[in-house]
Amino acid sequence: MDLKTLYREVIIDHYKKPRNSRPLQEPSHEARCKNPSCGDRITLQLEVVDGTIVDVAMLGTGCAISQASASMMTQAIKGRTLAEADAVLAAFRGMIVDGDEDLDSEILGDLVSMQGVSKLHARVKCAMCGWSALEAALAEEETEVDLDQDTSMPAAKRGGGY
Amino acid sequence: MSDTAEAATASDEVHCTSLHPDEVRSDFPALSRIIGGRPLAYLDNTAATLKPRQVIDALSRFYAERSANVHRGMHTLSEEATDAYEHARQVVAEFVNAAQPAELVFTRNTTESINLVAYSWAREQLKPGDQILITEMEHHANLIPWQIIAEQTGAELRFARILPTGQLDLEDWHAKLTDRTALMGVAHVSNVLGVINPVRELTKAAKNVGATVLIDAAQSVPHMPVDVQDIGCDFLTFSGYKLLGPFGIGALWGRYDLLESMPPYQTGGSMIHTVTLEKTTFADPPQRFEAGTPSIGDAVGFAAAIEYLTAIGMDRIEAREQELSKYLHQRLAEVPGLRVLGDYFPGKPGIASFDLEYAHAHDVAQFLAEEAVAVRAGHHCAEPLHHIMKSESTSRASLYLYNTEAEVDQLIEALGTVQELFG
Repeated sequence: MDLKTLYREVIIDHYKKPRNSRPLQEPSHEARCKNPSCGDRITLQLEVVDGTIVDVAMLGTGCAISQASASMMTQAIKGRTLAEADAVLAAFRGMIVDGDEDLDSEILGDLVSMQGVSKLHARVKCAMCGWSALEAALAEEETEVDLDQDTSMPAAKRGGGY
Repeated sequence: MSDTAEAATASDEVHCTSLHPDEVRSDFPALSRIIGGRPLAYLDNTAATLKPRQVIDALSRFYAERSANVHRGMHTLSEEATDAYEHARQVVAEFVNAAQPAELVFTRNTTESINLVAYSWAREQLKPGDQILITEMEHHANLIPWQIIAEQTGAELRFARILPTGQLDLEDWHAKLTDRTALMGVAHVSNVLGVINPVRELTKAAKNVGATVLIDAAQSVPHMPVDVQDIGCDFLTFSGYKLLGPFGIGALWGRYDLLESMPPYQTGGSMIHTVTLEKTTFADPPQRFEAGTPSIGDAVGFAAAIEYLTAIGMDRIEAREQELSKYLHQRLAEVPGLRVLGDYFPGKPGIASFDLEYAHAHDVAQFLAEEAVAVRAGHHCAEPLHHIMKSESTSRASLYLYNTEAEVDQLIEALGTVQELFG
């Protein structure tokens, strides 16, 4: 899918109408992620009951890729077990950050349409913003991630510094 | 009949004196790039300019024929390299009307030039109670070194405000200039707003209170005639890659007596007078500030770029850019929901940083790239300025002598696609 088609068919829709974009009453997990160099910010809330994500919310501001990616993520993990959500996260990270070509469409589903972003080095961290919040929420360690400072990202894709 | 003939002659004369981009475009190999089936519209000149064949050839010739070190070899290649390097210094010095070539120090870029002044001059000279006066519109390169120097010396860092129009608030600037101002630093042209600061007037006022003056001329030297003696400043900094030259080379011009009073910035080879195991005496400027083997080939390319610009004429380049800048701003005003940071003014340099109500700057730049339009997006190393102008980030279109009306049209057309999708 070329970039224009990706924007036209997927990203703009989620950007203008982000899914699950309202605060949860009693979230069991919450974490934030930001890209200070872009101005992207996402707060992610989960309601986990017996190891299953029964509800999820994303609230954020930023570019279309960051917001659309987080919106699609909420759809992909809602109703999944924590282990399943972990698997989706790993597959998405592999596709976007590591540039995996061999994609598991069963795990990724519609998220496969985001593959083109992996070629846009400056936008990888935009696409990862919501997902890094998910990772932090699941780990229950960090509550705020700064992707500009995330050394697990390849330097060329981390951004910041200018 | 004779009227028509006269009119034709007059228009030919105008054509001869005013610069048309076709006169220069074929010199720039990168301008023939086709991206995604469309010709490249390179509108990112504030970040870096393209290079003409003449500069690429000068670099390539230097490496092919000389490629030796300077100032120490007795052999032919080294002597030629030394001549080429010192000739380059003379060309760059004359370009800003330095009183002598020895006032021109080669650095990596404007950032290094400013840091050299900060560490060698300011850190030695400033003391608690002194003030450093800069403005809210500075590039990070003319902000962060002063934050550090203020912290290290106990001097106070002050900022003159900008007006909502983007212009420097001169009343506020004059109010913040005191007899304790030890250093006044200001951008000649803002890399975001395209504002031209009245550096001659500011320098005069700052000198009257005894301040030392640094002008960040990274965005003015490439685009207009600049004369350090006319401005009356103490230091002036600029970069090679923003004026058609190679990356990795920049310049610090400094008044000779000031340079002479300053300790080295870095130490090692090339910058010494005599060395014993215990003690070293340093060479005179500019060598004192050029430790280690310099970027000789890049200096040669820097001079080739300046010779190229000078042959065309800086007055003509400035006039052509003003003409295209007017067209750019007129066309941008047609795009719904688009705001250019800072008001347009006649004679504005070709810099337009804009945001759109309905799309983030990174999405805009990404889309423009799809249409082969190269702009920069973000805060352009001026994050505080964006906060003051109430913008998270902007896309910036910036022009140079080779740009055309058709490229501006390509930008506007691509912005139409953005509006269609996001608006």
